[in-house]
Amino acid sequence: MATATPDVSTGGRSILERSPSARRADPIFRGTLMTLAALILALIAFFFVYLINKAQPALSHQGVFSFLFTNDWNPSKAIYGAWPLVVGTLVTAAIALVIGVPIAVATALFITELAPRRVRSPLVILVELLAAVPSVVYGLWGIFVLIPKLKPAEQWFADTFSFLPFIGGNVAGPNYFVAGLILAIMILPIVSAISREVISTVPSDLKEASLALGATRWEMIRMAVLPYSRSGITGAAMLGLGRAIGETIAVTLVIGNSPTIGKQIFDQGYTLAAVIANEFGEAANDKVHAGALFAAGLVLFVLTLLINALARGLVRRAEKSARPPTKVKAVPGGVA
Amino acid sequence: MSAVSALGPLNGRRKATDKIMRGVLAVGTVIALIPLVLVIYYLLSKGLGAWSLDFFTKDPTGNFLGDQGGVKSALLGTIEMVALASLIAIPVGWGVALYLVEYGRTGRFAATVRYFVDVMTGVPSIVFGLFIYVTLVLSGWGGSSFAGWKGSVALALLMLPVVTRSAEVVLLLVPDPLREAALALGTPRWRVTLKIVLPTALPGLVTGSLLAVARAAGETAPLLFTATIVNGTTFNLSDRMNSLPVQIYTDVGSPNDQLVQRAWGAALALVTLILLTTLIARLVSRRSRL
Repeated sequence: MATATPDVSTGGRSILERSPSARRADPIFRGTLMTLAALILALIAFFFVYLINKAQPALSHQGVFSFLFTNDWNPSKAIYGAWPLVVGTLVTAAIALVIGVPIAVATALFITELAPRRVRSPLVILVELLAAVPSVVYGLWGIFVLIPKLKPAEQWFADTFSFLPFIGGNVAGPNYFVAGLILAIMILPIVSAISREVISTVPSDLKEASLALGATRWEMIRMAVLPYSRSGITGAAMLGLGRAIGETIAVTLVIGNSPTIGKQIFDQGYTLAAVIANEFGEAANDKVHAGALFAAGLVLFVLTLLINALARGLVRRAEKSARPPTKVKAVPGGVA
Repeated sequence: MSAVSALGPLNGRRKATDKIMRGVLAVGTVIALIPLVLVIYYLLSKGLGAWSLDFFTKDPTGNFLGDQGGVKSALLGTIEMVALASLIAIPVGWGVALYLVEYGRTGRFAATVRYFVDVMTGVPSIVFGLFIYVTLVLSGWGGSSFAGWKGSVALALLMLPVVTRSAEVVLLLVPDPLREAALALGTPRWRVTLKIVLPTALPGLVTGSLLAVARAAGETAPLLFTATIVNGTTFNLSDRMNSLPVQIYTDVGSPNDQLVQRAWGAALALVTLILLTTLIARLVSRRSRL
C-alpha cells in the first residue's frame, strides 16, 4: 500500500493527459484474464472427453454396466469387473466418515464455542498440521506402526464381537478398517476447518438469545448452533467423503490390494484409486487393461465431481443464509 | 415452544449433561491430535537415525543389499519439479482470481468458472496424474515418455484450484474504496488492478500460494505416472526425475530394512520441507495488513 499510494497520484495525473492509449490496454488486460479463466473450463472439458475416449476400449470390451457391477477383476484373463474396487472405495470412505466426522465436528465446536480464546489459534494450527503430513508418510506410518500395533486389538475385537455383522474371522494385517482409520485422520483437518467456518457464521444474536433464556453452553450448541449450521456441516462431511474416495497412496499401502470383496471389515480389499496406482505400469501396452484403469479413473472423477458439487452447494447455502441477518443488523446497529 | 419445555429449572441433570458434553467435545479435540503426536514421534525416532551427511549428499543406490545411499536426487527433484509447477500454477491462478474479483463479480461466465474451480479442488490427485499420463506421457510429447516437466504440469493442475480459491478470498478483502479512489483519479482499470489491488493483497496471495506449494510437495500419485523414479541426480526436467514422495513409496514396498530406514529418513526430510514452507507462509501472512 505504501508503495502504491504515490503511484496513484503520478499515474493519475499522466493518465488524464494520455488517457486514450492507456485506456486501450484495458480490453486487452481483461481479455487476457478472461482467457485464463476460460482455460480452466476448457481443460476440464478436454480431460473429461479424453478420459472417456481412452477408457472406450475397456468399456466396449466389458460393457459399462458390467464394468461397474461384475465382481471379478482379473487382468490376466481380461476380465475387468470393478465392483470389488467400488465396494472397497465406498467401505473405506464410510469408515473414514463414521470415525472422522464426529471427531472433526467436536473439534470445530470445541474450538469455536468452548476453548479459551488463548488456545484457539494454537489448536487451529495443530489440527491443520494434520493436513501438512503427506499421504505417503501416513502410508509409511500405517504400514510399519499402525498395522502391527493395532492387530492384536483388532483380533480381540473380532473375536469378542463376532456376533455382529461384518465383524469376525482372522484379522489380516492390512485391511479395510486400517485404511478407513488413516482416511479418517486425513479428512479430519478439512472437515474440521469447514465446519468451523460454518459454525462461525451462526449469528451471535441467536446464541446470546438462547443463553439469555437460561440455556447452558451445551444447550446453546444443541439448540442454536447445530440446527443453524447443519446443512453446512453436512457439506463439510461430504467434502471429506470426496477426499476419502480419491485418496490414493496411503490407502494403497495399507489396504492389502486384494481384488475380492472382503466379508469383514478386517479383511483385505482394494480401491479404485489404488488399482490405478498399482497396475498402470503393466497396463501400458495393453489397450483394454489400460482402458479399464482409465475407466476406473473416470468413475473416480465423476464420483468426486458429483459429491463436491453437492457439498459446495450445501456449504455455500449455509454461508449465504448467514449473510442477510448480519446485513440487516449492520444498518440499525450503526449507532454502536 | 420446545425451548420453553426444554429449559426447565436449571436442575442437576441439565448441569450434568452440560458438563459431560463439554467434556466429550474436549476429549474429541484431544483424540484429533493423537495421530499428529504419534506420527511426529515415529518420524523423529525412526527418521533421525537415517540422517547423516551422506544421506543428503549421495544419490540412492538400487542395491537391495549393502549401502542404500542417500536421497540427494529425490530432494533436488522434488524442489525442482515443485518450483516449475509453481511457475505455471501461481500466475495462472492469480490471473483467474483477478478476473473473478475485478471483472467477474456478477455474470454467468464467472459464476461457472468459480463453480468449476471449486469443484476442481476436490478432484483426486491421482486423476490429475492420469490426465497427464494419457495426454503427455503415452503420446511421448516432447520426445520422451516420462519427464520431470510432465510431473510439474500434473502438480500445477493440482495447485491451480487451491491457488485460485485462496487468491480470490484475499482479493475480495481489498477494500473497494481503494479501487474507487484510483479509478476516480482517471487511472485505467488494468493499472488499478496491477498497481493497487495486487500489491495490497500480495502478502495474502503469497501465503495462499505457499500453502499450495506445500501441498504439492507431498504428492506422490501424480508423479508416479509422470516423472517416475531414477537413482542418479538429474537437473534436466526433460528426463525422468526422482522425488521424495515417490522415493518413499518405492522404498516402503521393498523387503529390505535398509531401504525402509531410508524411507523414514526421507519422510522426515519431506515433512520438514513442508512444515518450513507452511511456517514461511504463516510468517508472511502475519505481515499482511488485510
